[in-house]
Amino acid sequence: MNSVAPVYGLILAGGASTRMRTDKAALRYQGKTQLERAFDLAGRHVLEVFVSVRSSQITEPTRAAHPLIVDSVEGEGPIVGIRSALAAYPKAAWLVLACDLPFLSDAVLEQLLAERDPTALATAFRSAHDGLPEPLCAVWEPAAGAALAAYQRGGGHCPRKFLIGHAAPLLEPRDPRALDNINTPEEYAQAEDALSPIARTDPMQLTIQYFALMREQAGRSEETLETAAATPADLFSELTLRYGFTLSREQLKVAVNSEFSDWSRRLSSGDAVVFIPPVAGG
Amino acid sequence: MHFRFTDAAIDTASARRELLDRGAGGYVSFEGWVRDHNEGQDVTRLEYEAFQALAVKEGDRILTEALRRFPIKHALCIHRLGSLDLTDMAVWVGVSAAHRGEAFDACRFVIDEVKHRVPIWKKEHYRGGNSGWVNCERCAVAPRHPHEHGHDHGHDAA
Repeated sequence: MNSVAPVYGLILAGGASTRMRTDKAALRYQGKTQLERAFDLAGRHVLEVFVSVRSSQITEPTRAAHPLIVDSVEGEGPIVGIRSALAAYPKAAWLVLACDLPFLSDAVLEQLLAERDPTALATAFRSAHDGLPEPLCAVWEPAAGAALAAYQRGGGHCPRKFLIGHAAPLLEPRDPRALDNINTPEEYAQAEDALSPIARTDPMQLTIQYFALMREQAGRSEETLETAAATPADLFSELTLRYGFTLSREQLKVAVNSEFSDWSRRLSSGDAVVFIPPVAGG
Repeated sequence: MHFRFTDAAIDTASARRELLDRGAGGYVSFEGWVRDHNEGQDVTRLEYEAFQALAVKEGDRILTEALRRFPIKHALCIHRLGSLDLTDMAVWVGVSAAHRGEAFDACRFVIDEVKHRVPIWKKEHYRGGNSGWVNCERCAVAPRHPHEHGHDHGHDAA
């Protein structure tokens, strides 16, 4: 391995959505389809994003607006979409995302890409529910193309079992809810409720001021940044990935616009945020 | 009468005059000084910094609470920022009241609350060249409940 493959994004939207009884990709949260949300999220982290479709779906309006990778190999299920992408751009690695993960965040993708092992066939998260690999929020490396083809020739079809069989490195998601998927109308309703008070579709500008230990670890006393973080808690996760803060959220307080705030407050563009390490006046 | 910061030595004579009141029978003050040791280390100097926009609001809230909780006349707190040497004064609290008991109690209340609630940080510089942010570096800070007043905070540094 002499170089690390560039990463493209692949949104899987070919599923039949039988339990949902409607097209999952077209489900909306805050006016934006699941497919658009996943596409925009991935687009903030990789060079280019494609939507994986079956040949029968290429004119379907939710999908047709995006660059497509049409299934080009035989078989059923997500393994076909992943293999088709690896075949279409054999030198690229693929950030593969199912479109039905409404709680995915920038922080989750930053963790995945930062901790990716390019010498493995793939890097995935370990599910908080069953401890098994989550193949549909993972980075698949170019070498996985041939290995997946061999696996399918041997009768395999499940990308999760493939990852287990090849001992793919597994990451612990910092936000265990991030990989919850939705399969039923009830789960959709719950997710929509959970997202509605904090959902945000566009990045906004925030000012962050740093003091004391936080200032030293961030290497700056102030910055203005674009973020999709909906709450101070999300923002702290995002910045901890960037700066490696040693204090945990439980040890800090947070202020928004020079007043103490809840971690779950909804942030607005232009807000000024300060993370307050343990104080020591006197 | 507002909580405030200063970059220069605290002028206690002038601060004390702000507390004068014809109805006051006494005045209690507390001065926090920079000492030469903390938790087993030899301290050579301290650096203080604050998130001033929030700190002055929280400091004023503490003074207002003191006036509501205790029958006192006036309460004031001044905190110094920047680099301080051993024996320098880092913080001053003054309270005037009709009777000494309330003045002592309120003065103790103000300094305890300031130490636990106001966003001020100090970096200790040790003999040998090391330094560290107090309460941050060792990370053994238990979650606190800043609105449970009235109990004695046992881990004061001053």
